[in-house]
Amino acid sequence: MSPFHDIIDSLDPVRIRTNTRNITAGQVKALLEAIRAGTVPNPEDISILVSPAAGELLEPMARLAKAVTLRRFGRTIQMYAPLYVSNHCSNSCVYCGFNVHNQIVRRTSSRGETLSEARLINNQHISQLLLVSGESPAEVSLDLLETTARDLKGMFPSLSIEVYPMDTSDYTRLYKAGIDGLAIYQETYDRDIYSAVHPAGPKRDYAYRLGAPERGAAAGFRQIGIGSLLGLNDWRVESYCLAHHAAYLMKHHWKSQVSISFPRLRPAAGGYSPEFPVSDRELVQMVCAFRLMLPDAGLVLSTREPAELRDNLIGLGITKMSAGSKTAPGGYLDRLGNNLDRLDNNLDEQGQPAEGQFNVCDDRTVEAVAESIRQKGYDTVWKDWDSGFEKQNENQRQNIKIKNGK
Amino acid sequence: MLKPLVIAGRAIRSRLFLGTGKFSSSAVMARALEASGAEIVTVALRRVEFDNPQDDVIAHIDQRKYLLLPNTSGARDAEEAVRIAKLARAASGWNWLKLEVTPEPNYLLPDPVETLKAAEILIKEGFIVLPYINADPVLAKRLQEAGCAAVMPLGSPIGSGRGIKTADQIRIIIQQATVPVVVDAGLGLPSHLCQAFELGADAVLVNTAVAAAQDPVQMAGSFKLAVEASLAGLEAGPMSEGEAASASSPLTGFLR
Repeated sequence: MSPFHDIIDSLDPVRIRTNTRNITAGQVKALLEAIRAGTVPNPEDISILVSPAAGELLEPMARLAKAVTLRRFGRTIQMYAPLYVSNHCSNSCVYCGFNVHNQIVRRTSSRGETLSEARLINNQHISQLLLVSGESPAEVSLDLLETTARDLKGMFPSLSIEVYPMDTSDYTRLYKAGIDGLAIYQETYDRDIYSAVHPAGPKRDYAYRLGAPERGAAAGFRQIGIGSLLGLNDWRVESYCLAHHAAYLMKHHWKSQVSISFPRLRPAAGGYSPEFPVSDRELVQMVCAFRLMLPDAGLVLSTREPAELRDNLIGLGITKMSAGSKTAPGGYLDRLGNNLDRLDNNLDEQGQPAEGQFNVCDDRTVEAVAESIRQKGYDTVWKDWDSGFEKQNENQRQNIKIKNGK
Repeated sequence: MLKPLVIAGRAIRSRLFLGTGKFSSSAVMARALEASGAEIVTVALRRVEFDNPQDDVIAHIDQRKYLLLPNTSGARDAEEAVRIAKLARAASGWNWLKLEVTPEPNYLLPDPVETLKAAEILIKEGFIVLPYINADPVLAKRLQEAGCAAVMPLGSPIGSGRGIKTADQIRIIIQQATVPVVVDAGLGLPSHLCQAFELGADAVLVNTAVAAAQDPVQMAGSFKLAVEASLAGLEAGPMSEGEAASASSPLTGFLR
């Protein structure tokens, strides 16, 4: 069992909530001043940054978050896209469109279909790909993921996965196959809520999931993405646990870069409505709080969020965004229409497209998002690493040539 | 007269090196580069799109005017750094290398053990190696013995803009150096550059201080002026510190 497990078990949500509510404006101002003077906050300080009192000081917080982001990341935003391999799932997460009980069109892309989709994504300049799948090892086996990674690593300098949790040995196989990043969100750190929203299926095992980021780091992944699904629990309590989780990973797995995502519950099949909705203002406060807390961490925002909000968060702490995303297997082929494989791909026998995991809110193309980033005075970073640099992929890029400049 | 800066047999006309990361666009980067007067320009190989002959950053650097110093940032160990260097050389012919082994992704501090290991391998492979190091005088000596063309000690962590917090160590490195010393990382203001030269540095490297400035092009120009002012001041022969406060009644006046 993960040693972080003991830490999380020692946290008392009621005490965290009370502490956060009792924070005063004076404490917030003092902390912001200290950060301005160069202090890096400790994980306990997250209570101050996500407090209602800090919410009243959002403008100065945002200014400081912007300055910290600029110093560490410059005027750049990294871009990635997800590729859904399958929407088969044995879990029953009440908030998710892939819930086993939902009567939706299910499919798993064939190797050829995944390659076709990958090419379409790659043609839009995307170099960082996130492979996503529901939890169905029968449909999406480790072997399939391994094969997919080997198929795609020549096309994408960086490949990550967001799939079911695994043992270290399985993660090691994927790392060796060319996967360099792992995203796995605990959804909620609150055990009771976790049990309630995951009534059946392998995902009920809270502890196994909680230990996954550490197992991934032990396997060698360079990037470890964690997060809470916003809307399942009080976001302030989740932020506290998430900050401690990040701090723990950074201390104990110091060679992996930790990034934080802010997935906010969106309408999905099954019609779940979040019990603890998070407002735009609260989401912005959370992003700024994490930027100030973890000045070097990547902060990720997906197309779950609307275009306008995403554009406004450029530079305010967010450093990585997805674009042009489709959240169903075969989704890219369907969207780009004129593809001859279309009928064989995203549609079932009755001609229905496979269901997405959630409704994409920012449905702009990759180019349109890149243009918005430019308009904001930022540069898009497409590539930030090359798996060809790693030992296991040594022979992957032998015939490359780059011309010298002008 | 200051000695001209020569690295690996090549005379370098500017003592200001510029990094190319974090700019709002490659066009702004190119203008900042022009304004800085720099000759040596560093580029993160991890961001270069080797498959794209029109790679944006590379396409904006005129290699007839600038000497490209690609860096291995992101390498977690010697093996990765060596592989990055070889891959880049195979793709482009680049032979100069800013060696960075930074396994810790937050402060991006260099790993001394892996840096030395990588330097030894790369020098045997014929690379001209300029290693990014913590301000550690013994490590600097070891790297010089290994055949590095210069050493690049940090003033403070990359991107921090905190200035030279390692002055005492850098002074020792400079005093003992048999190769040029380039102060790299942490410089945020023109005055930080002046301090580096006053410590005796041969050159400085900046990136974030320019890229994250409100007006990067103007800041690049101001750094150029800071370098010129520092060097002109050193050439002019600065007064020695404390002269104005010498005791009016000499303590050794009794010695006739």
